[in-house]
Amino acid sequence: MKASAFDYARASSVANALELLTAHGERARVLAGGQSLLPAMNLRLVTPDLIVDIGGLDDLRGVAVNGDVLTIGALTRHTDLLKSPEIAAHAPLLRDAVARVAHPAIRNRGTIGGNLAQADPASELPACMLALGATIIARGPDGERRIAADEFFAGIYETALTPQELLVAVELPVQPTDSTHYFHEFARRHGDYAIVGLAAQALVRDGRFADLRLGFFAVGDRPLLAKSAGELIDVAVTPAVLSAVSSALDEELSPLGDQQATPAMRRHLAKVLLTRCVSSLLARTDLCAGVSA
Amino acid sequence: MTATVAISLSVNGELVEASVLPRLNLADFLREHLKLTGTHLGCEHGVCGACTVRVNGDIVRSCLMLAVQTDNAKVETIEGLSDSGEIADLQSAFRERNALQCGFCTPGMLMAAQDLLQQSPTPDREQIREHLSGNYCRCTGYQAIVDAVETTARARTGRLP
Repeated sequence: MKASAFDYARASSVANALELLTAHGERARVLAGGQSLLPAMNLRLVTPDLIVDIGGLDDLRGVAVNGDVLTIGALTRHTDLLKSPEIAAHAPLLRDAVARVAHPAIRNRGTIGGNLAQADPASELPACMLALGATIIARGPDGERRIAADEFFAGIYETALTPQELLVAVELPVQPTDSTHYFHEFARRHGDYAIVGLAAQALVRDGRFADLRLGFFAVGDRPLLAKSAGELIDVAVTPAVLSAVSSALDEELSPLGDQQATPAMRRHLAKVLLTRCVSSLLARTDLCAGVSA
Repeated sequence: MTATVAISLSVNGELVEASVLPRLNLADFLREHLKLTGTHLGCEHGVCGACTVRVNGDIVRSCLMLAVQTDNAKVETIEGLSDSGEIADLQSAFRERNALQCGFCTPGMLMAAQDLLQQSPTPDREQIREHLSGNYCRCTGYQAIVDAVETTARARTGRLP
């Protein structure tokens, strides 16, 4: 199908984009890479009156490290994240995740800001933002606003952004050099949206978790930072402990059913991922015995 | 009522100036305005890969790009890659390895395969499959397509088939 008719404005600056959004509000949509918005428009799920194209705002693009903060401009493309030495060094979880976002032709256009603003619950990057403790930076008519990732995602395709605001950047804490991570998703085809996925960031000291952040995706209407991970911190992880945490995780999940999987299947796969993740991060193959997808 | 927008771009090395409606996607612009019908439209939401073209050197989905977004850009389609001889060996390998089938997915497959070979001259079969994972073949001719890409990679790097 083709998109319905709309007006088009090429933003000349961030200020100009904000003026257009202030004037048109909910009738306007921001076009960054277009890899989520244009399919939605072609399927007529979204029919904006005005497209505000921010694709030419080069000052919103790029990755920078300042002290212990990694700043990623909203227009930084997935392919730039994949190739960025800063991301590889300071947030390797994100690099692993981006490799699973769609396909090369889509990664060449898709942007991190567009991906996060779209807030697809089956998307990889929102869960990474939770696991990495990201801050989302939005600019609006009243200035700049900083939103913690765990307050940013509000539901299916819903975020804390107002129609007048523009997501301009993401800040990530530089991960300690001795930290470790795990990323895996189940998908029908490499690059498809996940059936269930897990993005995890951890600190392991003397065989125990000093920190563990589990960002699950496609297990509910928004990415989930699993609280039950707390039960694994600073304890000797045994199969019994892991089993208890697995049950607690089950309580936290509220997966939806669709053509790919039933809620029960998603619950099962989430627990499989939890076990594999913990086993992998602690290098304890004994914890993974008997668990199959 | 929406207004047309003037754009100026290079398509297969030729300057093109046009006035287009914002809703017109790049694939339809190439096919209907420029009669470059080698670029195929399958799904129109980025899943099938049949509309893959190069914009400023990078492969993209032309169904997920508006023609107005290509103002000042350099667009290359299957016609351009074919006419210049850039992928003559790849096309020949597709023919020889029976990778063509109905041919609908072929332009997108060639675009994606050439992109891979430019970035990784010696890909293994797993890398080939991964790079082509965004391109559907409705005849399910994947095995032969991977064979053709692998054969081309070997020939280009002077290795035995």
